[in-house]
Amino acid sequence: MSNKLKAVIIGPGNIGTDLLMKMQRSEWIEPVWMVGIDPESEGLKRAKEMGIKVCAEGVDGILSHIVEDDIRVAFDATSAYVHAENSRKLNELGVIMIDLTPAAIGPFCIPPVNLTDHAKNLEMNVNMVTCGGQATIPMVAAVSKVQPVTYGEIIATVSSRSVGPGTRVNIDEFTRTTAGAVEKVGGAKQGKAIIIINPAEPPLMMRDTVHCLTESEPDQDAITESVHAMVKEVQKYVPGYRLVNGPVFDGNRVSMFMEVEGLGDFLPKYAGNLDIMTAAALRTAEMFAEEAAEGSITLPARG
Amino acid sequence: MNLEGKQVTLHDMSLRDGMHAKRHQISLEQMVAVASAMDAAGMPLIEVTHGDGLGGASVNYGFPAHTDEAYLKAVVPQMKQAKISALLLPGIGTVDHLKMARDCGVHTIRVATHCTEADVSQQHIGMAAKMGMDTVGFLMMAHMITPEKVLEQAKLMVSYGANCIYCTDSAGYMLPDEVSAKIGLLRAELPSEIEIGFHGHHNMGMAIANSLAAIEAGAVRIDGSVAGLGAGAGNTPLEILVAVLNRMGAETGIDLYKIMDVAEDLVVPMMDQPIRVDRDSLTLGYAGVYSSFLLFAQRAEKKYGVSARDILVELGRRGTVGGQEDMIEDLALTMAKAKQA
Repeated sequence: MSNKLKAVIIGPGNIGTDLLMKMQRSEWIEPVWMVGIDPESEGLKRAKEMGIKVCAEGVDGILSHIVEDDIRVAFDATSAYVHAENSRKLNELGVIMIDLTPAAIGPFCIPPVNLTDHAKNLEMNVNMVTCGGQATIPMVAAVSKVQPVTYGEIIATVSSRSVGPGTRVNIDEFTRTTAGAVEKVGGAKQGKAIIIINPAEPPLMMRDTVHCLTESEPDQDAITESVHAMVKEVQKYVPGYRLVNGPVFDGNRVSMFMEVEGLGDFLPKYAGNLDIMTAAALRTAEMFAEEAAEGSITLPARG
Repeated sequence: MNLEGKQVTLHDMSLRDGMHAKRHQISLEQMVAVASAMDAAGMPLIEVTHGDGLGGASVNYGFPAHTDEAYLKAVVPQMKQAKISALLLPGIGTVDHLKMARDCGVHTIRVATHCTEADVSQQHIGMAAKMGMDTVGFLMMAHMITPEKVLEQAKLMVSYGANCIYCTDSAGYMLPDEVSAKIGLLRAELPSEIEIGFHGHHNMGMAIANSLAAIEAGAVRIDGSVAGLGAGAGNTPLEILVAVLNRMGAETGIDLYKIMDVAEDLVVPMMDQPIRVDRDSLTLGYAGVYSSFLLFAQRAEKKYGVSARDILVELGRRGTVGGQEDMIEDLALTMAKAKQA
């Protein structure tokens, strides 16, 4: 018997399609449904061609199939506005929700930092923060593991082509959510996030800078070791995650300069910001599946 | 050129763009003294914010001597006729900062985006307009795109509620013909009630000439700074612009001798380094690079032994935009490694 958990993807846009392509290679998650709201959408057509079931009536259209198809996990790549209802309806049926929207109903999840805890606690809704958060918070956490960080600041620079209308209309949500997660998950006492959108052609690869101010003089060797170890952890699910320069030490400032190259599944390689979201979301679901297979958590019972 | 009888609103940048040149370390006393003297000289609009706008306090851009709130609360109540403006860059500052500025008595909000990314300003322009503020859309690094593209992005900002649009030469790259073409098209195509503004830098020695070209083409708001205190080779020096406009018969409402005195007696003595067109600031203009990168590139030169000019030219080649200060240390580290290899 397969240990794979069956999944539904809500939102057949760029993110949903990229997620589907990654999922088709997964040893732990099996995509079954793609849910949209427009029967004519390119995304649903693509999903159908890729051999999975499609539904154009929103989440309500699949509720009756959840138990019969044994759906255990859902990925929501729609918007913060509809996420709460999607989550409520699916949670009720015992489906674990991985939230790729900025809704952040559930706890923030940065896989190498706190995913194991969320899986062991069987959190029924986890939020994937933001692309900038996925790329940088592991570094903040790597430093705060060694010693207290009074201030963590991240600067995410992304290609104009990789920033969708949802992010643009509410860019404050990016800075607020990311700064909050730098504190809650990264462990910095105070967090700050900046996003820069660059229209250069050919598009630039996602790059991120992380500055930490440590409470006392930084332990350079221990921080360097911790940072390199954390980079390796992220590379397990995002192979194109690279430390370009650093850690650089200047007084109590510790700085890391990162670059994130995507796998180029559906989204282009420069869009490492989108790729790290889909990769982290899939990694999250896989961890739940692994824990369930090992018997350390028990998925909600079904009659 | 005939500017006879034209009314021009000058907008001082020395206490905001000048913050770049002062590493954001202007004291509260200096802020109040300079703003009060400008107020007395008849300056109608004065910008007071961190160099990178509201919320700019950061490792990336530099922590200021005081918060935006402290500066605004110190300056605004002292003004007799001048209005105070604040700058906001979406992605750095948020609507929370905007509301704070409004509560401090700020009259004008200027929402700045890279010239191709106007659609990130909808929240902020919308909120400022809704609160009844004088709301300006500020398209930075406008030398990088065609006049038609500037117009397209300006129309977006107008649709969100901006009542004034700026064509901003953040790199001090433009020559007068380009300014004429861009401002001219904005003036021809935007509704007549929308004001047009121009913000220049002196990196190619063109700030006065460009400002005149902008006025001729229809701009009614011109940014500059007393004694040129601003990023790069500074902004359009306002005391010079006032003198030139006086000679041409354009009207600014500013007392020339008083503004000369502010420049000479208050602002020049504040400068940490001469603000002039030199090798590095000229490179900014020549390579089309964001003016506030200057001091960061010079610091990287000292720390990593890579020439500031080489760093700036490479930043231009890579198409960096405003706000990418973090790229400078990263690039200097990479260039230093390449030198060793």
